[in-house]
Amino acid sequence: MSVPTLDVRGLAFAYPDGHQALFGVDLHVHPGERVALLGPNGAGKTTLVLHLNGILTGGAGSVAISGLPVEKKNLAEIRRRVGIVFQDPDDQLFLGTVRQDVAFGPANLGLKGAALDRRVMTALDQVGMADFADRPPHHLSHGQRRRVAVATVLAMEPEILVLDEPSSNLDPASRRELADILRSLDVTLLMVTHDLPYALELCPRSVVLSDGHVVADADTLAVLTDESLMAAHRLELPWGFDPRTVGSLPA
Amino acid sequence: MGAGHGRGFPVTHGHSPVHRMAAHHKLLVLVGFMLLVVATPRDWYVAFAAYAVVVLVVIRASRVPLRHIGRLMVIEVPFVLFALLMPVIATGPRTEVLGLSLSEHGLVAAFALLAKGTIGVASSLTFAVTTEPDEILRGLQRLHVPDLVVQIMGFMFRYLDLVTGDLSRMLVAMRSRGCDPRSPRHWWALASTMGALFIRTYERGERVHLAMLSRGYTGRLPR
Repeated sequence: MSVPTLDVRGLAFAYPDGHQALFGVDLHVHPGERVALLGPNGAGKTTLVLHLNGILTGGAGSVAISGLPVEKKNLAEIRRRVGIVFQDPDDQLFLGTVRQDVAFGPANLGLKGAALDRRVMTALDQVGMADFADRPPHHLSHGQRRRVAVATVLAMEPEILVLDEPSSNLDPASRRELADILRSLDVTLLMVTHDLPYALELCPRSVVLSDGHVVADADTLAVLTDESLMAAHRLELPWGFDPRTVGSLPA
Repeated sequence: MGAGHGRGFPVTHGHSPVHRMAAHHKLLVLVGFMLLVVATPRDWYVAFAAYAVVVLVVIRASRVPLRHIGRLMVIEVPFVLFALLMPVIATGPRTEVLGLSLSEHGLVAAFALLAKGTIGVASSLTFAVTTEPDEILRGLQRLHVPDLVVQIMGFMFRYLDLVTGDLSRMLVAMRSRGCDPRSPRHWWALASTMGALFIRTYERGERVHLAMLSRGYTGRLPR
């Protein structure tokens, strides 16, 4: 078996106010996999994500990215390897132009000049936003900002792309465009979402986190059709949606 | 939902010599001019007239409509009100103007405040409407203003629209529930809104910082 891109072992974490968010989480994601991380509000999904690049540390257990442990001395490389796209693109895009924002990450890695420009334009091409390079991010639509936010992370050439609620606040067309982009990327993907049809559309495998425990790790179709599991962990499909009748599923 | 379109900044896009001049040169000229105006003795009326002419000539050269700058000059209103009060409340020898007994010192001081204030505000606004926010930041960097100050200003430019957008949505939500934020009866609600807005902005600041750290931020913005 190859070295997992993401290797989380026995991760436990309590916030300073005493609230225990994670209780011994194990999660392995292998290169090229697309995995959905599902769970109700307050399940600990965001807490887990913030451990993947060392924003949160200090609990028990370990996290390693392609064999490199998440430790203080490795943080720069870890943050290159783990690209997190946050839920609100306005939290991620803070500079004057799209180009500057996409360049921010790779420039922090030391890239300069023509190499930096190339990296920026490649990332913007991947999300179909190259024509908007010189526009201020706050003049773009929400869907366009979400795509630029993905580009800001792609520009760091991450080994795993972590998306927090990628489909939230998107209209159906933007939602589909983003799905097309995510499918076209040759990168390992961990997608945190409440949007179960989106998980089924994009991720062959799903992990369910509930009250800080991993309660399921299986084929997405199997998870979504396990009614007792779904009901026990406050997961609900949109009205009228039946995963069994969906035609083609991702392999 | 569409995106807001630069509500916060009154910049005009043009190709006049004033628009084209480098931001750091404009800043230096502006600061020099302001110091000169402030240092001018208050009874040198001719000098103030000359300054006013200079400002008008620059506005004319920038091809920005005077009306546009005039509308923005409302920010000076509180100072104007204070200037108008000065002759009434100041002490010293009095003089009769339109049947009112006014202080001579107060009149001179009011004139100086009005003249210096108006010239200062008009020239700053001319700078603001002819310089893109991004250019101002680059200008400050070229003038070796500390990096942290430039970064803070950059964030202010970037998030002003979002914060004012948040505020206007909160005010609409208040009005929708029968509250008039302008009425003193509802000022307490307005005050809570401001508190909530502060918390939201503070939390957004934290999230932005996390997103920056996630992309390798170490305390300096890359040039």
